[in-house]
Amino acid sequence: MTEAQARLTAALARVPYAAFLGVRAELKGDELTLVMPFAERLIGNPLLPALHGGVVGALMELTALSQLAVAAKSEKFPKTIDIGIDYLRSGRPVDTFARARVVKIGRRIANVQAEAWQDAREKPIAAMHGHFLMPEDTPN
Amino acid sequence: MSEDSPAGYGEGETMLERVRALVHFTPLAVAMGIELTRVERAKAWGKAPYKPEFVGDPDTGVIAGGVLTAFLDQVCGTAVVAAMDDPVIIATIDLRIDYMRPATPGRDVLAMAHCYKIGKSVAFVRAVAYEDDPENPIAHAVSAFMINSSGGRKFGANFKEPRK
Repeated sequence: MTEAQARLTAALARVPYAAFLGVRAELKGDELTLVMPFAERLIGNPLLPALHGGVVGALMELTALSQLAVAAKSEKFPKTIDIGIDYLRSGRPVDTFARARVVKIGRRIANVQAEAWQDAREKPIAAMHGHFLMPEDTPN
Repeated sequence: MSEDSPAGYGEGETMLERVRALVHFTPLAVAMGIELTRVERAKAWGKAPYKPEFVGDPDTGVIAGGVLTAFLDQVCGTAVVAAMDDPVIIATIDLRIDYMRPATPGRDVLAMAHCYKIGKSVAFVRAVAYEDDPENPIAHAVSAFMINSSGGRKFGANFKEPRK
């Protein structure tokens, strides 16, 4: 495990809500993928069944926060200012993955885009963009 | 109520019972302990209890933004159901949330959602999350929902692999 992976794993392990979602991080170089294994409690529509939009949004937000922590080489997560989520396909009862791209880190505010997918990366089930307030001690 | 809907989804004598049945029918809402406290035509009030497993910042005990995302999505969807005479399946098209301040650690979060426009295909909702007073909001949400989103799709449709 690289130092960055260890730092991120430790940071995520300290977030109880990440554990509630069952989310884990996979970091290759500086490319981060968050994995949310399917669980019954994540369902929002039991008829199809489909994942709850809220947990897909939460996964992408957590991915954005984690990617920012990696980019800023910080163990502290930024604070979310706002997010916008587009739901593109219903989430099937299988594992979900998410990646985030830091568009810009300013002195105080960062702009991030994220996507979540299941069967194929090129067929995202949801997309997110958001603004985040960077921790004050971030070296920039 | 369409005849092929299984018992439970949106059924009940009063509107509050019908939308409560919907919430109890949603595994995530049950897992999170989300409760519906009040319903009026096109309006819904809910409560998300404070739970240690919802914490997003272990240094302060503040709940994760994702908890509010899921909670607000649920309450917004409930307001859409409360705007319909015969509840049908809905799905979130988009959800935008502004986080104004951290939720107070240890306190339950309340939310109020209003479906201010419902058409044949799309419903529009706004919602606010707070502890005591909607005038002192934790977060504000604006969302759009697709009405009758499962259209011709059969129950269990999502178990199938998508076509390549």
